[in-house]
Amino acid sequence: MASVPAQLIAVLTEAAEEAPKNPLIPEWYDIIWSAVCFVVILAFFLWKVLPAMRKLLDERGARIQGGIEKAEKAQAEAAAALDQYNAQLAEARVEAGRIREQAREDGKKILVELREQAQADAARITAQAQAQIEAERQAAVTALRAEVGSLAIDLASGVVGQSLSDDKKSRALVDRFLADLEASESGAAKTRA
Amino acid sequence: MAAHDDGGFHGPSIDEFFPAVIAFEGTPFELNRIMLIRLLAVAVIIVLFYLGTRRMKLVPGRFQSIIEMGLDFVRVNIAEDLLGKKDGRRFLPLLTTIFFLVLTMNLAGVVPFLNVAGTSVVGMPLLLAVIAYVAFIYAGLKKHAGTFIKSSLFPPGVPWPIYIIVTPIEIVSIFILRPVTLALRLLMNMVAGHLLLVLCFSATQFFFFSAGGFWGLLGVGTLAFGFVFTLFEILVAALQAYVFTLLTTVYIQLALAEEH
Repeated sequence: MASVPAQLIAVLTEAAEEAPKNPLIPEWYDIIWSAVCFVVILAFFLWKVLPAMRKLLDERGARIQGGIEKAEKAQAEAAAALDQYNAQLAEARVEAGRIREQAREDGKKILVELREQAQADAARITAQAQAQIEAERQAAVTALRAEVGSLAIDLASGVVGQSLSDDKKSRALVDRFLADLEASESGAAKTRA
Repeated sequence: MAAHDDGGFHGPSIDEFFPAVIAFEGTPFELNRIMLIRLLAVAVIIVLFYLGTRRMKLVPGRFQSIIEMGLDFVRVNIAEDLLGKKDGRRFLPLLTTIFFLVLTMNLAGVVPFLNVAGTSVVGMPLLLAVIAYVAFIYAGLKKHAGTFIKSSLFPPGVPWPIYIIVTPIEIVSIFILRPVTLALRLLMNMVAGHLLLVLCFSATQFFFFSAGGFWGLLGVGTLAFGFVFTLFEILVAALQAYVFTLLTTVYIQLALAEEH
C-alpha cells in the first residue's frame, strides 16, 4: 500500500511531462496503420472476395436460367410428343375404320360369290339328276316296250287261245290296251318336255 | 483499465486511447495495443472471408451462407439499392471494405481481452472519411465533368440573390461538414462507448475489491449496467458500420445525381 502514492506520483509526472493528447489530432503512426489496414482489406476484397462472389452469383444465375430453359424444353417436348401421339391415334382410328369397311365389303362380295356358286352348283346338280332320271326312264321305257311286246303277244295268245269266238271282245281289249299304252307314253313324253 | 487497479477510484481518461508503445517507438510505424487490435481485425477479416470464399458452392453450406449474407447485405441493401446495379458494382469494393473494416474494428470494443475498438482512435475514422470524401468528389467529377462543383454550389432553379446565402451553406455542408461528421460520428460513438464500459467495469472493480462491505451492492448495479451497455455497444458497433457505409453511399449517389 505504501507504494501506491509513489506510483500515483510517477503516473502524474509522466502525464505532466507529456502534453495532454488531443484525441482529434491523429498521430502519424495512427494514420499509417489505418492506411495499411484499409489498403490490405481493399485489395483483399477487390481481388479475392468480390470476384469469387460475382463468379458464384453468375454461375448460380446461369444454373437457374439453364434449369428454367431445360424445364421449358422438356415441357415443349412433352407437348410435341402428346400431339404426335394424338395424331397417330386419330390416324390409327381412321385406318381401323377403313379396314373394317373394307372387310365388310369383302365379306359381302364373298357372300354373293358363294351364293352364286351354290346356285350354279344346285342348278348343275339338278340338271344332272334330271338327265339321269330321263336316261333311266328311257331305259325303262325301252325295256318296258320290249316286255310289253312279249306280254302283248302272251296276252294275245292267251286271249286267242281261250275265246276265238268272241272276236269283238278281244279286239276291244287289245285296242284298249294299246290306247292306254299310247296314252301313258304320250304323258311321259309331256312330262319330259 | 489495468491502470485503475490501485486503491483510489479513477475514472477513465482520454489516455485510454494512447496506450503504451509496444514496438518501433519513435518511428511512424509505432505499434501500440490499439494498432495491434486493428491488425488483428484485418487478420480476422481475411481469415473469415478467405475460408468463406475459398471453395464457393452453388448450394451454400452454413458458413458460406453467412459470408454470402454479409456480402449481399452491402451489395444489395446498400450499394445496389442506392446506386443502382451499374454504379453499385463500381463502388462495391470500396463500400464492402469500409463496412467490414469498421464493423470488425468496432466489434473489437466488446471482445474480451481486446476491449477497445480499432476505430476509437481518430486515424481510422478520419482516413475512411477522407476516402469517402475523395470517392464522392471523384464520382461527381467523373460523371459531370464540368458542372459538378458549380451545380453543387449553385443549385439550379434558385433565384440568384439566394445564392448569397445558399452557396456558403452548400460549401460548408458538402465539402467540410460531410467528412467531418462522418469521422466524428464514428470516432465519438466508439470513444464514448469505450469510456462508458471502462467506467462501469472499473467502478465495479472498485466497489467489489477496494471499497468493500456495503459498497459491494453498488458494484452489482454497475456490473449490470456494464453488461447492458456491452449489449448496447454490439448494436452501436453494427449500426455505426452501417451508418458510415450508408452515408458514404448516399454522398456518392448525390454526387452522381447532381442534376437536382
